[in-house]
Amino acid sequence: MRAGYLPLGKRLTSVLEPFANSVVGRFVVSIFGALGITGRTGVISIPFFWLGIFFLIPFAFVLKISLSESILAIPPYSDLIEWGEEGLISLHLNFGNFLFLLEDDLYWFSYVNSAKIALISTFFCLLIGYPMAYGIARASPANRNILLMLIILPFWTSFLLRVYAWIGLLKNNGLFNNILMGLGIIDEPIVMMQTDFAVYLGIIYSYLPFMILPLYANLEKLDGTLLEAASDLGCKPIKAFFVVTLPLSIPGIVAGSMLVFIPAVGEFVIPALLGGPDTLMIGRVLWDEFFNNRDWPLASAVAIAMLLFLVVPIMFFQYFQNKQSEAS
Amino acid sequence: MASDNTKDKSKSPWNDPYADPYISIENITKKFGDFTAVDNVSLKIYKNELFCLLGGSGCGKSTLLRMLAGFENPTSGRILLDGQDMAGIYPYDRPVNMMFQSYALFPHMTIEKNVAFGLHQDGMHKGEIRKRVADMLELVKLEDFAKRKPHQLSGGQRQRVALARSLIKQPKLLLLDEPLGALDKKLRENTQFELMNLQEELGITFVVVTHDQEEAMTLSSRIGIMDSGKIVQVGTPNEIYEYPGTRYVADFIGSINLFDGNVVEDEADHVRIQSEDTDATLYIDHGVAVTEGSRVGVAVRPEKMKLTRNRPDQADNVAEGIIDEVAYMGNLSVYRVRLKSGKIVKATLPNLDRDTEQFDWDEQVYVSWKPKSGLVLLS
Ligand SMILES: Nc1ncnc2c1ncn2[C@@H]1O[C@H](COP(=O)(O)OP(=O)(O)O)[C@@H](O)[C@H]1O
Ligand SMILES: [Mg+2]
Repeated sequence: MRAGYLPLGKRLTSVLEPFANSVVGRFVVSIFGALGITGRTGVISIPFFWLGIFFLIPFAFVLKISLSESILAIPPYSDLIEWGEEGLISLHLNFGNFLFLLEDDLYWFSYVNSAKIALISTFFCLLIGYPMAYGIARASPANRNILLMLIILPFWTSFLLRVYAWIGLLKNNGLFNNILMGLGIIDEPIVMMQTDFAVYLGIIYSYLPFMILPLYANLEKLDGTLLEAASDLGCKPIKAFFVVTLPLSIPGIVAGSMLVFIPAVGEFVIPALLGGPDTLMIGRVLWDEFFNNRDWPLASAVAIAMLLFLVVPIMFFQYFQNKQSEAS
Repeated sequence: MASDNTKDKSKSPWNDPYADPYISIENITKKFGDFTAVDNVSLKIYKNELFCLLGGSGCGKSTLLRMLAGFENPTSGRILLDGQDMAGIYPYDRPVNMMFQSYALFPHMTIEKNVAFGLHQDGMHKGEIRKRVADMLELVKLEDFAKRKPHQLSGGQRQRVALARSLIKQPKLLLLDEPLGALDKKLRENTQFELMNLQEELGITFVVVTHDQEEAMTLSSRIGIMDSGKIVQVGTPNEIYEYPGTRYVADFIGSINLFDGNVVEDEADHVRIQSEDTDATLYIDHGVAVTEGSRVGVAVRPEKMKLTRNRPDQADNVAEGIIDEVAYMGNLSVYRVRLKSGKIVKATLPNLDRDTEQFDWDEQVYVSWKPKSGLVLLS
């Protein structure tokens, strides 16, 4: 059992105690007890229930569609189960969609390209986000709140609008080009829109807060006396950063990187709005299959494959987190 | 119990006006905003001393220690270490190591790596580091734990790792901030003696911060008592106990009975004081630089009080009372006596024999002490 688990359970029990001791409370508790649900399992079952309804059931639908055939109908896919005569039930599983993913290079390339774009974006988010998170964690408490506010502020506008705003900045007669030309630095506008560069910029810009916040949470907890101890033992500040601060912030780095990498792989809006026709990302391919080709089964297969593709980093994340919580 | 050098006064460097202090703290003040944490402190600490800074929580002990280590810069004043001004010298360049109150062990490194950290910074040869670390772990009896991480050790073991880490560079000066704070009583006492042995063996100057007066008395060659950022008295444990300079010090170290009164007779070799707390006058066999009629306190330690059933044959330093409370501690008995004036005094009597006479609740007794047992406190 993990440390910290029991006290939480105990705390909840003590919070619920006045309720559990009331008449209504005792009635509820006895009913739940008859069903085999005690206080703790009851509390734990809430997130499971939530995940069941909002993740597993939709996932089951998608899985079902991915195993069906594309037909011209509403909805545009065949049933998996057919009720025949005399109680005959036949099950049609079509793995063709998945086989097609292997046959056509397009999908493989989009997966790899998505991973590449997500990986590079994650790297730059880390590069930019780490010093920012570090600066915020080291700022005075009053400044710290202002800086955190500034990080969170963009979330108050729609993500879509913010990506659109980048178009205004990046296009040929956009703000950047106008300024650069106005200053006489360039004669012709630099083509930035519909390039991979714009996609990277969009992703890094959009996901940077997801890197900064977990890193900040980690760095803020860092015990300052550890750095004093390092200094006391003859270690200069820059080296102390690499031997003390950085290794101790690995959980924050991992958490932030996962929060950027995983959604960035499946990103659709940014490549669609800022990228060119040759910016292949799996989210876009999925969109095209779904809306343009109306091939729901294939689109579902793409989605399932993407999920499997992402399970590896997610499991790594889980494993890492477990190791961390065991260690502390 | 204090170390040997206090017994032979002529050997004590602090009594030698020509001795060079190892640490010279000169008019150091440290302010945090408007708040003065350390207030114009001057202090000389000599080589091989085990100097304790003693005082209540928040009186500025840690801040003073942190200025020695270089983590805080003094607002004014200066610190000389072996004659060298420490101003502007970074902690990593000072020949000083510190053992932190929280131990501050690196949680991501093994015990071995923690201890080796200081040597790695000096770029020492790997083989030499391994040897020194092994020796050090043996010294603190942690050789079996070298590969563990700090969170896998008990509080006492962690404390020994912290000590080992701060000793590995063989500093000339070791600063210890409440080093034994987290230990239970038994472990604490053992460790106190270990620390003293270590200090003698390695010839390091120790400056120890503590709020535990017993610990300070046990460990130190000298004690500096702090109160609200100021040093109020410096002396050997014996001097501090027997000749506290102020009521604060007298009260802080051990327990004390305090009688307030007016000086009625002030001679070169004695003073006589009339107190409201006792019928008899208080007679002390040392002169005090006060005028007759001024108000002073007389301090008498509980173990210097005598209890008798009959009035002792002395005119001064005696008071009649009733036993209010008895605590039998085994080695001694502690009595609280309510004097006729209503004042409660405390007397501790050693149980020298198995059948040492004990007093009972509500018994009428006389409390008395010798002229050389009392001490006049002016402030
Ligand atoms: N960095 C700081 N900023 C503001 N106040 C501080 C700081 N460090 C210590 N103080 C204050 O200075 C006083 C003395 O602190 P400290 O030296 O730690 O006391 P102690 O004698 O308990 O070790 C305390 O009142 C504390 O609140
Ligand atoms: Mg302290």
